[in-house]
This record gives sequence, C-alpha cells and structure tokens, in this order.
Amino acid sequence: MELSLATRTVGEHTVLEVGGEVDVYTAPRLRERLLELIDGGARHVVVDLGRVDFLDSTGLGVLVGAHKRLRTAGGSFALVCDKEPLLKIFRITALDQVFPLHPTVEAAVGAGPTGANA
Amino acid sequence: MATVRLSFSPAPVHVRTARLVGVAVARRAGVREDLLDEVRLAIGEACTRAVALHRQYGLADPVLVEMSDGGSYAVRVVDRAPIEAGIGLTALPPDELANESLTDEALTTGVGFALLAGFVEDLQVRPVDEGIGTEVRMVWPVGR
Repeated sequence: MELSLATRTVGEHTVLEVGGEVDVYTAPRLRERLLELIDGGARHVVVDLGRVDFLDSTGLGVLVGAHKRLRTAGGSFALVCDKEPLLKIFRITALDQVFPLHPTVEAAVGAGPTGANA
Repeated sequence: MATVRLSFSPAPVHVRTARLVGVAVARRAGVREDLLDEVRLAIGEACTRAVALHRQYGLADPVLVEMSDGGSYAVRVVDRAPIEAGIGLTALPPDELANESLTDEALTTGVGFALLAGFVEDLQVRPVDEGIGTEVRMVWPVGR
C-alpha cells in the first residue's frame, strides 16, 4: 500500500496521520511533510502510526530526525502506536526509550506538550 | 530444493518488490505465518542496506536476492560494494540514537542493523566468495 499522509490540529498539537508503508522509497515524503510542518511553525507534533502496516529503519530515521529538530526548537514530538509488530520494532531498536509512545491520539495530546517532551 | 533468484537495479522503489517476493517464497516454503512479518522486515533491511551501498559507491550493478528452501528458508542478499563498507555495522545504544551529532545516515544504518540482528536468529554478514561485495545471509526454520 502506498504512503498516505493527513494532517489535523487538536488543540495546540499538530497530528500527522500516516498510513501504508514507510520504507526507503516512501520515507523521503514523510520527511518532507514533517519539515513543512515544523518550518511552518508546528511545535507540538504527534505522528499517528495507527494505519501504518510497514515501517523500516529509514522511516525510523525520519522520525528521530523530526524528534531532534523539535527538541532543538523547544517543541515536543510524540508517536501514537498500538500495534504489537510496530511496538516490537521500537523495542528492538531501543527507540522506545527515545520516543514518547502512546496508544491513542487522545493519550498523546492529553500528555500535553510537557508530558510529550519527557 | 527450490531456488528463486531476483536481481534488481539499486533503486529504493524496487526494495518493496524484493520484500513481496521474499515473503511469497517464504510462505510457499512453509515458514510459519507469525514469522512472515519478520521475514518481510529483514529482507527489506538487507536490501535497503545493499541499495544504499551501491548508491554511495555509484555502482549500477544489480543487487542480488537469492531465496532457497532446503530444509530451512535461506535468503542471501548480495551487494557489490567494497568490503570495508560492510564492516562497522553495529547496533547503537539508546543514548546514541538521540545524539544531536549523529548523522541521519549513521542512525539509519545502526537502526537497520539492530533490526536485522533483533529479528534474525541465524544471521551472517560476510564477504562474497568471488569478487567484491558482501553477502547478508538469513535463515528461518520451516514448519513442515
């Protein structure tokens, strides 16, 4: 399945809903969209991986890049993910210790900018 | 023993094709359904690594993927990059991952290797027998 990207605003958070396959071919589009959002002034970004059915190291690299960029800008970055195969990828790479991971968008937004930055 | 060989130009768009073929052959070989996600991810990572190396060295040579089922399901992903490029594959500790100075390239390589090592119990990375290049060899049990 091709990559799909949709953005919405929830309070002071920008939520990017990602669907399909994030791999070496499609990850550059995800990177571009995240950069557009951040350059456009988004400071509290939540990436919803709920409809992602494949994620590789290139996609993880893009997410880490956005996380770093927002941290430098004094913002926050959080992920929404409740699928075991994807959670396993975060555990194996130890990226579960880098990203705030939430089961739902509500939980991610509810954690607030401060909580999401923990 | 049945063998399927796929060789593709080193372009990111073809990595998905390699994953799809790799999983189709795995299923046919009798690899357990619950392992197929790992097979898909591991073949993708090995091919992504090979494509990145070919692009880094400006090599137009195809990347070779060879799948065979002889008692187990074995996949070889062969690149043609100078051997020193294949060395230095290490998983990164968590505090390194968020390190500001780490380049995106180094991060993706480190994460890719962590995924390979984490998902493939029987994994070998070694020089090819003939000529220049590295072979990533992965083996999964078959359930039949």
